[in-house]
Amino acid sequence: MNLDGPSGDEMAIADFRPGEIVLEIPARTEYVSLVRVMIAAAAEIEPDMAVERIEDLRVVVSEATTNAIEAHDLHGVTDRIRIQCNLADDEIAVVVHDMGMGFEPDEVPELPEPDAPERLLHESGLGVHLMQMLADESEISATDDGTDVRLVVYSSKRRRRGSER
Amino acid sequence: MQIVTHSHRAGPWTVITVAGELDVVGGPDLRNAVMAEVRDGHTRLVLDLTGVDFIDSFGLGVVIGALKRTRLLDGDLRLVVSEPRVRRVFEVCDLDRVFDFHADVAQAVAGATAS
Repeated sequence: MNLDGPSGDEMAIADFRPGEIVLEIPARTEYVSLVRVMIAAAAEIEPDMAVERIEDLRVVVSEATTNAIEAHDLHGVTDRIRIQCNLADDEIAVVVHDMGMGFEPDEVPELPEPDAPERLLHESGLGVHLMQMLADESEISATDDGTDVRLVVYSSKRRRRGSER
Repeated sequence: MQIVTHSHRAGPWTVITVAGELDVVGGPDLRNAVMAEVRDGHTRLVLDLTGVDFIDSFGLGVVIGALKRTRLLDGDLRLVVSEPRVRRVFEVCDLDRVFDFHADVAQAVAGATAS
């Protein structure tokens, strides 16, 4: 299904199997907010997904989508960015796939301690940290044509179960 | 969604009120607003983020940049953050060790720290 949204038919959305939603967006920053809204709305369908967890999901999806758009922009890639969201009873998994030239999380410089004076030299570089801290699972992997960022956010109930073990 | 900013003076402080989402789209607008104030010699800034309902690493970077710009000129930056979900993003990055959070603009100007 193509949506005739505010920018014509640039954004595509399709349902593939129950619980799976796929968005394809142009690599433009104006679409990041829309992706957040749609993924959060999908998460709200799950009754066990607390508001706090949906907020975490919004942040990590924003980070991954922004990185993907920047990768396309940096390398002059005009293909769409694909965001795949799988809803389950106790988790939501999102994969953001870009066709940039790849990304090595190990190459992200380690940040100085927050109260170190040199920390103020680092205005960027917090995105990977936020993804790692707010998602219950995060994985960045190179693909044949770019990078996949996989982020999983558990329901509050599953988190509690995990901490009780 | 773009952000909306406006500024006013409160004693020696310039208060920049921000509303909207501080991300890759809204962040540059705040950066421009801060740079304009600093250019005009206003280096003691209060960023009132009460109306900000979303922030990610891009927005954090803009706020860190604002602190850097003011301190380079012997100024300072204080933050008003009342939305817990916005505050949480700062805290996850340990930035509560860098910034003092204030409950409202009056407390920020007075230097009273929020609990």
